[in-house]
Amino acid sequence: MAFFAMFLSILFRIQLAWPDTDFPILEAFLGKWAEGGRIKPDFFLSLVTIHGTIMVFFVLTAGLSGTFSNLLIPLQLGARDMASPFMNMLSYWFFFTACIVMISSFFVESGPASAGWTIYPPLSALPQAIPGSGTGMTLWLVSMTLFIASQVVGGINYISTVLNMRTKGMSLWRMPLTIWALFLTAIVGLLSFPVLVSAVVLLVFDRGMGTSFYLSDIYIAGQALPNEGGSPILFQHLFWFLGHPEVYIVLMPALGLTSEVIATNARKPIFGYHAMVYSLVGITVLSFIVWGHHMFVTGMNPFLGGVFMITTLIIAVPSAVKTFNYLATLWRGNLRFTPAMLFAIGLVSFFITGGLTGIFLGNSALDISLHDTYFVVAHFHLVMGSASICGMLCGVYHWFPKMFGRMMDDKLGYLHFWFTFVGAYLVFFPMHFMGIDGVPRRYYSFTSFPFMQEWLSVNVFVTWAAIIAGLGQVAFLFNFFYSIFFGKKATQNPWQANTLEWTTPVEHLHGNWPGEIPTVYRWPYDYSKPGHDTDFIPQTVPFSATMSSNLPHDFDGDTTAEKIQRDWDKEHGIERSEYSH
Amino acid sequence: MIMVHPNSESDKEYMSRLKAKKFSMYVFLVVTFMIFAAWSSGFIVYSAGSPDRGLKTLLPTTFIYSTLVIVISSLFMHLAYKASLAANFMKQRLYLIVTIALGCAFLVLQYLAWMHLATSGVVFINNNASQSFIYVFVWAHQLHILAAVIVLLNALFKIDPKKALIKNTFRMELASIFWHFLDILWIYIYVFLLLNQ
Repeated sequence: MAFFAMFLSILFRIQLAWPDTDFPILEAFLGKWAEGGRIKPDFFLSLVTIHGTIMVFFVLTAGLSGTFSNLLIPLQLGARDMASPFMNMLSYWFFFTACIVMISSFFVESGPASAGWTIYPPLSALPQAIPGSGTGMTLWLVSMTLFIASQVVGGINYISTVLNMRTKGMSLWRMPLTIWALFLTAIVGLLSFPVLVSAVVLLVFDRGMGTSFYLSDIYIAGQALPNEGGSPILFQHLFWFLGHPEVYIVLMPALGLTSEVIATNARKPIFGYHAMVYSLVGITVLSFIVWGHHMFVTGMNPFLGGVFMITTLIIAVPSAVKTFNYLATLWRGNLRFTPAMLFAIGLVSFFITGGLTGIFLGNSALDISLHDTYFVVAHFHLVMGSASICGMLCGVYHWFPKMFGRMMDDKLGYLHFWFTFVGAYLVFFPMHFMGIDGVPRRYYSFTSFPFMQEWLSVNVFVTWAAIIAGLGQVAFLFNFFYSIFFGKKATQNPWQANTLEWTTPVEHLHGNWPGEIPTVYRWPYDYSKPGHDTDFIPQTVPFSATMSSNLPHDFDGDTTAEKIQRDWDKEHGIERSEYSH
Repeated sequence: MIMVHPNSESDKEYMSRLKAKKFSMYVFLVVTFMIFAAWSSGFIVYSAGSPDRGLKTLLPTTFIYSTLVIVISSLFMHLAYKASLAANFMKQRLYLIVTIALGCAFLVLQYLAWMHLATSGVVFINNNASQSFIYVFVWAHQLHILAAVIVLLNALFKIDPKKALIKNTFRMELASIFWHFLDILWIYIYVFLLLNQ
C-alpha cells in the first residue's frame, strides 16, 4: 500500500512540475483520466485524496501499530499469544478487505474519492458535486468503515494483552518503551476512531437519505437543494476529534520503536525512562484537546481559538522532553550505525525539523496566513510523514531477524537510508518557502496564477527529488524480499539486546517459547552497566547473577536484597554509596 | 465469582485468557460508548448553533414503557446469570428466554415510538437536524440491542450440561455485561434527550 500511495504522489508531482507537457504513457494507463497525456483536474484531486488516505491510515496506522503491536506485544511481554488470536485474525481480514475496497475505487468510472483525505462535506456529501463524490466516495466510506472495525478490534486486543498477559516479573515499569507506546496508541485509537464512525454515519445519512446534518444553503448549477439548517463545521469538529489523535496514533509507535533501537545501538540505558513514559502519557491526554487548531479559520470564536492554541503549544513540552532524551541517549554512546539506528536518528531529525514548524502553525494568528498552504504540507510531511516512516523502516530493519530468521543486507540498507533521508528533505524543505509565499495546497495548476508561476522551477526540483527518493525505495523492496529467502541466517540475539523477544528461538514455534515462559527480573535498559563483563544484561538475568554490577537503586528499597549485596560487596572489597539503610 | 481452582499451568493460562477476554469486553463497551458520546456532543454543538435548532418536541410516552421493559429485562438477565452460577440449567433457560422476549418487546416499543414521532411531524429527514438526531440515537441503540439478542440466543442454545461448567458461566457473564451496558446506555440516551427537550 505504501508503494501504491507513493506512486500516486509521484503521478501528481509530475503534473505539478510539468503542467504543460504531455505524457502519452499516462493516457495508455489511465485512459480518459489523462486524456492527451495530461492528468485531469478531477483525477489530480483523487490522487491527492487517496495518497493521503492510504498513507495516513493504511500505511502509517496499520503498518506501525497494526503490525508491530501484534509482533512485539506478546514477544516483549512474555505471552504465548495475543489475548484473543481470533480478534487478531478478524482485524487482519477486515484490514485486507478495506485495502481491496479502497483500491477498487480506481476501477469505477467516476473515479476514486476526491474531496481530500478529510472528506469535508458538503463536497463529499453531494454525489452530484464532483465525479469523485459518487461511487468513489461510497467505496471510500465502506473501506474506512472496515478499516476502523479492524483498528478497534485490534486495539481492544492490544490493550487487553498488555494489561493481562504479562509474564511473571514484568511490571508496568519494566515494560520496554515500545510496549508503552503501542499500548497508549491503542488507547488513543479506541477513544478516537469511534468518533469518526459517528461522523461518517451522519455523512452517510446526508448522502443517501436526504437529512441535513451537514448541509445547508447549497446551490448546484443554479438549483437550490432542499437541505437547510445543517452545519458543515460539525463534521470538522467530529472529524478532527479523530483526526488529531490520529497524528499521534501514527507517531507514537514510531517513537516507541526508535526508543528501543536507539538505546540498543547506543549501548546506553535510555535517558529518562520515566520521563519518556510520562511524556507519552502527556501526549496521549493532550492529543484529545487540541483538535481545534485545524479549524482556526472556520470562524471559530477567537477565545476558543486561544484555548486550542494554548493546549497545542503545551504539546511541545512532552515532544521536547522526548527529543532531548533521544539526544541525551545518543550523547557519548558507543554508537553502532546499523541501518535501523540510522533510521532512528533520521526520525529524531525529522521530528525536530517538522516539530519546530508546528509551533508556527499552532499559533492562531500565524495560522490565518499559513493555513492550507504548502507550509502545512511541509510541516506534517516531515513531522508525521517522514518521521513515522523512518520509525517504521527502523522497526523493519531491527526486527527483521525476528520476523524471518534472516538478516537484511546492511549496504543496501545504507543506500536506502541516504536516499530516503536526503530525498525527504529535498522534497519537503522547499515547500516551507512556497507556503510562506502563500502558495495554496491541493491546487492543480501553477500556470493559472501569476504569483505561483515563479515556483514552477521549484516544483520541477521537488518532483525530481521525489522520483529519486522513490527509486531509492527499490533498494528496500529488493532487500526485503531477497533477504527473506537468501539473507544471512540470523543468530538468536543479533543486536545483543535485552528485551524478551530475543530469548525466543530463531525458528518460530507456536507459543513463542519452547518451555516455560521466562521470568523478568529487571528493566530492559541495562546496557553498559559498570562492573558487568558484557555491555548488556537481558531482562531474564536475575540480580543474583550480576552481583558485580548491581546498584543500590536496583532493589527498589528491598532491604533483604540490599543486605545480601552489601555483604557481597564487603567480601569483595567494593564500596558503594547511597544505600537506603 | 467463577468457582474453579486452577491447579495446573495450562489451567492458569486458560483462566488468564478468560480474564483478558472479559477485560476486552469492557474495553469494547468503552468504544461503543464513545460513538454515542460523539453524537451527544455533536447534538449539543449543533443545537447550540442557532435558536431554530433543538428538539422542540415532547418525547413520546412510549419511551417510558420501553425504559421500564429494558430495566426489567436486566433483572431477568441477572437472575439467569445467578442460575448459571448455581448450575440450574432449567431456570437459566427460562430466565434467558424471558430476557430475550423483553428485549424483543423493547425493539417493538422503540419502533412504535418513532412511528409516533413521525406522525406528529418529527421526521428523520428534517431541516432541524436536532430532531434527526433522535432517530440516530434510537436506531443505533436498537442495532446494538439486536446484536445483543443474538448474543443471548447464542448463550441460550449453547447451554449444554455435559460441557465444562465454566464455559457456560463465562458466556453468561459476558452476555450479561453487554446487556446491562445497553440498558444503562438507553437510560443515558433517554435522560440526555429528556434534558434537551
